[in-house]
Amino acid sequence: MGEKELLPNLFRAEYQKIVSVLIHLFGIHHIEVAEDIVSDTFLSAAELWVSGGIPDNPEAWLFTVARNKTRNYLKRHAHFEQKLVAELRNKQVFTEEVEIDLSVKNIADSQLAMIFTVCDPVISSDAQVSLALNLLCGFGVTEIAEAFLTNKEVIYKRINRAKDKLKAHNIRIEQPSLPELESRLGNVLKTLYLLFSEGYYSVCQDAVVRKDMCAEAMRLTYLLTEQEATAKPEVFALLALMCFHSSRFDARVSEEGEAILYAEQDEELWNAELISAGEHFLNKAAAGDLLSKYHLEAAIAYWHTKKADTPLKWQHILDLYEHLLSVDYSPIIALNGVYALYKVSGAAIAITAAEKLSLLKNHFYHSLLGTLYKATDREKAMTHFQTALSLANTEAERKIMLKHIGELHAA
Amino acid sequence: MNEFLLLFRRDYKTREVQPSPEQLNEHLQHWQQWFGKLAEQGKLARKIQRWDGLGRVMTRGESATDGPYAEIKESIGGMIIINAESYQQAEDIARECPIFELNGTVEIRMGL
Repeated sequence: MGEKELLPNLFRAEYQKIVSVLIHLFGIHHIEVAEDIVSDTFLSAAELWVSGGIPDNPEAWLFTVARNKTRNYLKRHAHFEQKLVAELRNKQVFTEEVEIDLSVKNIADSQLAMIFTVCDPVISSDAQVSLALNLLCGFGVTEIAEAFLTNKEVIYKRINRAKDKLKAHNIRIEQPSLPELESRLGNVLKTLYLLFSEGYYSVCQDAVVRKDMCAEAMRLTYLLTEQEATAKPEVFALLALMCFHSSRFDARVSEEGEAILYAEQDEELWNAELISAGEHFLNKAAAGDLLSKYHLEAAIAYWHTKKADTPLKWQHILDLYEHLLSVDYSPIIALNGVYALYKVSGAAIAITAAEKLSLLKNHFYHSLLGTLYKATDREKAMTHFQTALSLANTEAERKIMLKHIGELHAA
Repeated sequence: MNEFLLLFRRDYKTREVQPSPEQLNEHLQHWQQWFGKLAEQGKLARKIQRWDGLGRVMTRGESATDGPYAEIKESIGGMIIINAESYQQAEDIARECPIFELNGTVEIRMGL
C-alpha cells in the first residue's frame, strides 16, 4: 500500500455536496432513490479503494461515479427521466437529457434549497434538527442517536416520519420566494441555533461528536452568508455568536471530563482564530437597523471573550441582557443575566432577582443561588447545591456540585 | 503451510444498519491498515486484488441479474488468500478483520 492516505471526513464532506444536488434534482417524492444512489457511490468507493488505492483526485472520482450511477438509473427509468426533463423545462432550463450538475454553484444552490426544505415548520424542531444532521450533514442514524443519547429506532422513526410529512405536504425543494424568505429564514436560524446548542450543551459525552455538530451548524449558517438573498444581518449575528461560543470549546471540559466554569478556564485554550472570526462577522452584522436577539446574544458572547474581570465588561453585559429580555423574554435568559447582575450590583440584589424567577426544578438556578449565598448563608448555599446535585443532567454538572459541596464542608 | 481463502460478507441491504459516510471513511482506513499489516508480515499468498463490486448473480440458469448488492442480503465484500499453518492460525489472522465492525462475517476455506 503506502500511497495516498484517505483524509478523515472526506466521505462526509463529499456526501454533503452530492446528496444535496441529487435530492434537489429528484425532488422530495424520490428522496430515497437519490439517497440510495449516493450511498452506492460511497460503497463503491470503499470497496474499490481498499484494494485499488485512493485515487489522485478522490472528489472527481466520487463525482464521476455519482453521475454515472444517476445516468444508469435514469436510463432504466425512462419515464422518470421524462418527468424530470418536463419539470426542468417548466423552470426554463432547456434540456433533452437530465444533467447532473456538480459545479460549485449548483452544489451551493442545492445545499441552500435543502436547508430551507429541512427547516420547514411543518415538521417539529426536533425532527428538523435530526433531518438536518442526516440529510444536510451526512450523519448516520447511529451517530445521531449517540448525539442525543437515545436509540437508533427512535431516530430512524423520527427521520422517516419527517420525510413522510414533507412528502404529504408536497414540499418543493427550492429556496423560498423573496416575500416568504424573511419568515422562512427566521425558522431556519432557529433550527441552526438549536443544532448548535445541541452540540455545545449536549449531554453526549463524546466531545468529537459534539464538536462536529457545532462545526456543522456553523458551516450551514456560513452557507447562508455566501448568498446575497440570505446574507442578512441576523445571519451574521448568529454566526458571530456561534464563533464566540465555539472559541471556548476546548477550555470547557478538562481531560478528566470535568466541566470548567468560565471564571476558571485557561484563556490559553480559547481559540483566538474563532474569536477573531466572530468579531469579523459581528461587524458585518452591524449593517442595517434591525437589532435581532442574535445581535444581542452575539454582543453578550463577545464580551465573554474578554477574560479580564472589569466592572465595565459586566455593566455592558448586564445592559445587553436587559435589552435582550425586553426583546425576547424568557426565564432562562433572565437567569443567565443574574450572574452579570451579581457582578455589577453584588450578591444581595442578585439573590432577590434570582428568587423572583423561582425556577425550582432548574439545575442552574440552584447552582447559581448556591454560589450567591456562599458568602452570607452557608446553610442556604448547601441546600441549593444539594438540590442542584439532584437535578444534575450530566456527569460534569454532578462533579462540579460535589466540588462545591466539598468546599463548603471544608470551609 | 497452507493457503486459506478468506471471504468477507456483510449485509448491504437493510437500510438502518448501513454505515454513514463517516463510518465508511474510518472503515476504509481500517481495511487499508489491516491489508498493509498482512502484506508487511508476509501473510498474503496472493496480492490483494480488486473484484468488481457489481458482478452478476445467476439463479437456476436464468439470465444473470445485477450484482450481489441487488439481490442477496449478505454479499461478498471481497476475498483474499493468505498463508497459514492451520485453521486456528487462519482464524487468529482473520480475527482482526475490519468486516466485524459492521457485523460482517469471514468465511475461511483451506486450500487442498
